[in-house]
Amino acid sequence: MTGRARVFGDDINTDYIITSRRKRESLDPAVLRAYLFEEVDPRFAATVEAGDVIVAGKNFGCGSAMEVAVTAVLGAGIRAILARGFSRTYYRNAVNNGLLPVECDTGGIREGDRLLIADAEVRNLTTGVTLNTAPLPEIMQQIIAAGGLVPYFRRHGDF
Amino acid sequence: MVCPTGTQAMAAKTISEKILSAKSGVDARAGRVVVCRVDCAMGTDGSAPMAIDYFQAMGGQSVRDAARIVFALDHYAPAPNRAIALLHQRLREFAGRFGIELWDVGEGIGHQLMVESGRALPGGLVVGADSHAVTYGALNAFSTGIGSSDLAAILICGRLWLRVPESIRVNLSGQLPRGVYAKDAALALAAALGADGAAYQALEFGGPGVGALDMDDRLVLSNFAVEMGAKNGIFPADEQTSEYLAGRTRQGFEAVAADADARYAREVALNLDTLSPQVALPHQVDRVEPIGQAAGTPVQMVYLGTCTGGRVKDFHEARDVLKAGGGVARGVKLVVTPASRAVLETLAQDGTLADFVAMGAVVVTPGCGSCCGTCGAIPGDGVNVISTANRNFKGRMGNSGALIYLASPASCAAAAVRGAITDPREIDA
Repeated sequence: MTGRARVFGDDINTDYIITSRRKRESLDPAVLRAYLFEEVDPRFAATVEAGDVIVAGKNFGCGSAMEVAVTAVLGAGIRAILARGFSRTYYRNAVNNGLLPVECDTGGIREGDRLLIADAEVRNLTTGVTLNTAPLPEIMQQIIAAGGLVPYFRRHGDF
Repeated sequence: MVCPTGTQAMAAKTISEKILSAKSGVDARAGRVVVCRVDCAMGTDGSAPMAIDYFQAMGGQSVRDAARIVFALDHYAPAPNRAIALLHQRLREFAGRFGIELWDVGEGIGHQLMVESGRALPGGLVVGADSHAVTYGALNAFSTGIGSSDLAAILICGRLWLRVPESIRVNLSGQLPRGVYAKDAALALAAALGADGAAYQALEFGGPGVGALDMDDRLVLSNFAVEMGAKNGIFPADEQTSEYLAGRTRQGFEAVAADADARYAREVALNLDTLSPQVALPHQVDRVEPIGQAAGTPVQMVYLGTCTGGRVKDFHEARDVLKAGGGVARGVKLVVTPASRAVLETLAQDGTLADFVAMGAVVVTPGCGSCCGTCGAIPGDGVNVISTANRNFKGRMGNSGALIYLASPASCAAAAVRGAITDPREIDA
C-alpha cells in the first residue's frame, strides 16, 4: 500500500489519539474521526485523507488500552501506522482490527512524504530511502490478513 | 517422562514463562506467541460495551465459561449522561443473560475488586480490558491489559494470544524510610526505566526487599508497571500473599517462582533505603524529580484515590499528614475517592472518612472517578493538581488546561496542607 506520511512525535498516548471525553459521547468511529489527535494537532481531523499513514516516534499508543483509539483511526481511512515503537496494548488492538502496525526507524520521514509499505520494508518514495521492518509472528499475520479478529473468528470460531 | 522439545524445555524459566507455559500447554519461551487459556477476564464500562459489539459481530451465541468473566461499572460511576446510562443497562442485561458477575456502580474500581474478591490468584493468567490490569501481578498472577476485541474472543472461546515477554528482573533491597512510600519507589523506577523502558517486557520483582513491602505496596508497584511500557509486573508469592488471600478465596492455587538460573533481558537494582519522596511533573509519568525540586509550586486541587493510591493505607497516610499539618489550606480543593466500597466502609468505621469530611473534602463515589476525566471532579484551566494517580497526560482529568503532578498520598496531603508542593517529611505526622 502507498500513502502520505502524517508525522507525530514520541509518546503519543491514546488520550491524545482520541480523548476520553469524546469517547463518553460516542463510540462510533464515523463520529470520533472528527476529533482525532485534537490534543496534539487540532488541524489533523480536517486534513486527514483516506490512505494517509501515521508516522510516529517511540511508545505510540501508550496509556489506556481503549480500543476506540484504533477504531477511530480506521474510521478516518488510515490503514497503517509506522512507529519506532508501540505500546503493547495499542499494538495488539491494531492487529485485532486489521490496522497494520509497522516498527521501523521513522526518524527520517517528513510530513507529506509518499510511502510504500511492502512485506519486509518501507520505501520512502519522496527521499528514495528504504527502511527494513521486522516480520510479524504468524498468528498476527493471519489475523491482519483476515481483516481483524472479527472476520477471523467468523471463519474459525477459535484461535 | 519425555521432554517434548529436548533440553530447551528443561532450561530455566522466569515466572512469566512458567505461567504462560502452564496456560498454553507448550514450552512458552520469551519471544514466542502462544494461545493461552484464561483463568479470569475483567471488562469495565469503558471496554465491555465494545466487547459486546465485537462478540455479536463475531457471531457469538454463548459465553464459553461465564464463571471466568466479570464486568465492573467503574469508569463512569455514577453515569454522567444518558448515553452512559444506556451502556450500563446494556452491560447489566448482557451479564444477566449469560450469568456473568457484574460489579455495579458504587462497588469500586474493577482492579481493586479483582484483588479484594480473590479473583486474582498466584500462578493464574488474569487479564482485564484496561491497561491497569497489570495490578494483580502483586499476587503472583500473570496479569495484563487487553482490548475489547480480545475480551470478545475470550467470551467466545476462553482463550487469548500472547507474546511471551522477556523479563527485566527488578532486585529490591532495603526498606522504605520514614516519609517515603511505595509510590515513591514506583516513580523512581519509572524515572530509571523511562515510559517505554520495559516495552513488550515483564517486570519481575525479587530480592530481599520484597518481604519489606506489604500487599498494598506491591499493588502500587505492579500497577505502575504499565507506565514503563511493561506487559506485566509480577511478584513472587510469600506469607504475605497467603495472608492477604486468606478468607478471600476457597479456590486452590499454586505459587510460581522463577528458576534460579532463569534468563533476564537485564537486571535493575532498586534500593528502598536510599529513596526519597518523588514527584512526576506534567505531562509525563517519567518526568520525575525529588519532590524538593518542585517544592513551592502552588496547588489548587488535591486528588486522593485511584487503583494506585485509593486503598485504606493510602487514606490513613494522607489523613495523618493532614491532621499533623492542621488541615487543608485555603484555596485548595481536596477530592477523596475510595477505590472500593470495602475501602469506603473501613474509612467510615475507623473515623477516617469523618476526618476528611470535617476538613472539607469532597467525597466521590468509589470508582475511577476523576483520574481519567470520565466523571467526578474536573479541574479548571491553569489549575495545578497533585494526585495519587498513575497518569498525568495533558487532558487526562478531563481538561487539557490543567497540570497534573503525581506523588504519594503523604506528599499529596502535604501539598494540601501548605497549598503548595511540599516534602511530606517537613510535616511531622
